[in-house]
Amino acid sequence: MTLGQGITHQVSNEEQRSSDFVPNLDRRHRTGRTWLILFQASTIVGIIALTALLVTIANGAFGYVAVENRVDPASLAVDGVPLRDLPKEELVRILQENVSNGLFRRLEHDQPFSERSRENVYELIMERVVEPRIVQQWTLLESIFQRTEIEAEAAQEYPNAELRFESWLDRRFIASPQSGDPVRAGARTAILGSLWTIAVAIAFAFPIGVGAAIYLEEYAGENLINRVIQVNINNLAGVPSIIYGILGLAILVRALEQLTSGAVFGYTDPTTANGRTVLSAGLTLGLLILPLIIINSQEAIKAVSNSLRQASFGLGATKWQTVWYHVLPSALPGILTGTILAISRAIGETAPLVVVGASTFITVDPSGPFAKFTTLPIQIYQWTARPQDVFRNIAAAAIIVLLVLLLSLNATAVVLRNRFSRGLG
Amino acid sequence: MIGNTTAVLESTAQEVSGQREALRKRHRVREVIIQGFLFLCGALSIMVTLGIVYELGKESMLFFTRQQWEITNRTLVQDIEPGRITFEVSESGAQLEEGDIIRIRSEVMRITEIHGDRITVERGVQGTEPARHAAGLDIQASTRVTLREFFTKAEWNPQIGKFGIWALVNATLMTSMSALLFALPLGLSVAIYLSEYASDRARSILKPVLEILAGIPTVVYGYFGLTFMTPLLRAIFGVDTVEIYNTASAGIVMGILILPMVTSMSEDALSAVPLSLRQAAYALGATRLETAVKVVVPAALSGITAAFIVAASRAIGETMIVAIVAGAGPAFTFNPFKAAETMTGHIVRISGGDLSYDSLDYNSLFAIGLMLFFVTLGLNVLSQYVVRRFREEYE
Repeated sequence: MTLGQGITHQVSNEEQRSSDFVPNLDRRHRTGRTWLILFQASTIVGIIALTALLVTIANGAFGYVAVENRVDPASLAVDGVPLRDLPKEELVRILQENVSNGLFRRLEHDQPFSERSRENVYELIMERVVEPRIVQQWTLLESIFQRTEIEAEAAQEYPNAELRFESWLDRRFIASPQSGDPVRAGARTAILGSLWTIAVAIAFAFPIGVGAAIYLEEYAGENLINRVIQVNINNLAGVPSIIYGILGLAILVRALEQLTSGAVFGYTDPTTANGRTVLSAGLTLGLLILPLIIINSQEAIKAVSNSLRQASFGLGATKWQTVWYHVLPSALPGILTGTILAISRAIGETAPLVVVGASTFITVDPSGPFAKFTTLPIQIYQWTARPQDVFRNIAAAAIIVLLVLLLSLNATAVVLRNRFSRGLG
Repeated sequence: MIGNTTAVLESTAQEVSGQREALRKRHRVREVIIQGFLFLCGALSIMVTLGIVYELGKESMLFFTRQQWEITNRTLVQDIEPGRITFEVSESGAQLEEGDIIRIRSEVMRITEIHGDRITVERGVQGTEPARHAAGLDIQASTRVTLREFFTKAEWNPQIGKFGIWALVNATLMTSMSALLFALPLGLSVAIYLSEYASDRARSILKPVLEILAGIPTVVYGYFGLTFMTPLLRAIFGVDTVEIYNTASAGIVMGILILPMVTSMSEDALSAVPLSLRQAAYALGATRLETAVKVVVPAALSGITAAFIVAASRAIGETMIVAIVAGAGPAFTFNPFKAAETMTGHIVRISGGDLSYDSLDYNSLFAIGLMLFFVTLGLNVLSQYVVRRFREEYE
């Protein structure tokens, strides 16, 4: 009876409230629409940020430049044959005529002209005689939308300059070594340095990372040590990368100097005697990506169905046989995908390598694990930090190289994942 | 006969035990070695952590115990022989106290008594030899970086021996706060949009596109900040108010960097809320917004909070953006349009040059690193705790 009364009471209350309720509906829907617009706008802001980022990079990597030559190449032409098409002997003669005797002898001493290629001599003439110098550069957007203004400005301010559309990213940029002159600077040293350090990092982190993942997933029982290891790995993944740089500096570069400089192996190069080598950098990156590889591999191993293990044990296989012949092959695509993602993280890392002591200016290709090194992101950092604007252009070009490298890595990871997940599914 | 049977029985028993022997679990040396190796792989991570803590701790200790010599502007008034322990020094200059360590040329002494300008010392301490000193020589006093100075002062200038961490911490807070102010509301909005409003098709396009942002190396963001964001801010607020290097620009760019992380983690948390909760809300007459904001978001709050904390940890540890965009030179300022150097930025700058291993600068790097390590570790542990403690389980 009381219950019935209660319900009647409630219902009448509801009726009362619904009279306030209905007129509110419009307002509530309006609020809903307003917020929806805000949510959409936020998403659009994210996309605008990405677009702005990409446009900024393209903006720097391409655009008009005004180039002034100290000597007009047309004046060096012989009998109407332009400089570019002259045979090597003629080029050597032009070089000899236009540079001082001392310099010519030094060049001859560095490498005899009889052994130099025609392209090399042509490059020397461009570098020593023609000396092209960029007096002004414009961004891609300016080059597209204000072309006439640029032409007018160039004609007025730099009457001797040649205005041309420059793609800072070209084959020469990728193939040339580092140089102090932005026109001739290239990214080859940095690209090779990146590849070397990554190779060392993978060689170190992949076996150990997968090993640790196997241990944690297949062997580790429930005890304190194993729990500590697991928690520790999760926390290491969140340690800022620069801390790994400091660790690398203290342990790899300083404490293990004999090892990382190669002195232990009888490798004595006075320039690398301080341990700031490819090996130190690679191991630092290896430590950095180790937790990522472990966590990703654990996920992949966890996903292998238990029936597979039981079938293997049922046939009398040992634990290791089960792991090696059954679990690992099934988990491999996942492990590889995770590893590739970890590598793409390592390729872009700059801060730890700066701390470990990358050489900021080397023109010699890294020749092995005990060589001095620089990497692509470090080169980008150096070029960006320079006050002269021209270096920003080559920084942008180097960024495109880096992004293409990353994109291809990620594409590989996606293809791997799709291919194998379809195969197993 | 009986003996015969016993013999048969015995031989049978032997056979059985032989078969058992064959079936018994054998200790395989190879298996044990492999397991041992795999354990070592796992244990290496512990070694890494211990290595970090040990190295950071050891060098930080050096930082706080390393003796430095400060000029007192006091000089010897008289010549002193190696055996003399009481002598006069000039009046002006810094205050000396009993127990202070002083240095004249290379000899170190400890002051035991002071009477006006006459001081009594213990000669040749810290392994130095007492020697003859001529009048007019400078007296240097020993100083150390104290923990108190480190944690309470706001001037960081290694050249003149000022090591107040707050100059760097303040800049780190400025950039991280700007980043979080930008990324948290925006990231949560995007996450709500993707999880509650967007169609499957839109989500399948938008999510990977936004995640591209997370995969771009931070040095590229530094370039972006310097060539796009800073000029933009200068165009909006005026060239005079906004310096070329400033923390606001670094913060916003860093916000763009952590945006996809906030979005992705929050979206995962929102998607994990079961559909039945939303349906219940709709059945009660809630609008879509009310369902999202008053039902789904509170239900996913632990995951969203964890995302925020991880984002903060990432922002504090972020290096290259601030190294390029925020400026090179420690400064204690609350103006986001002025240059200031963060903890990470400072580490990168001083370690980038030719750093001598045996210097206070080198040690200071580790003290800053230790601080950074504990702050980020604390935040990460906190986020894991939040997820564990406040997670709402729906089955």
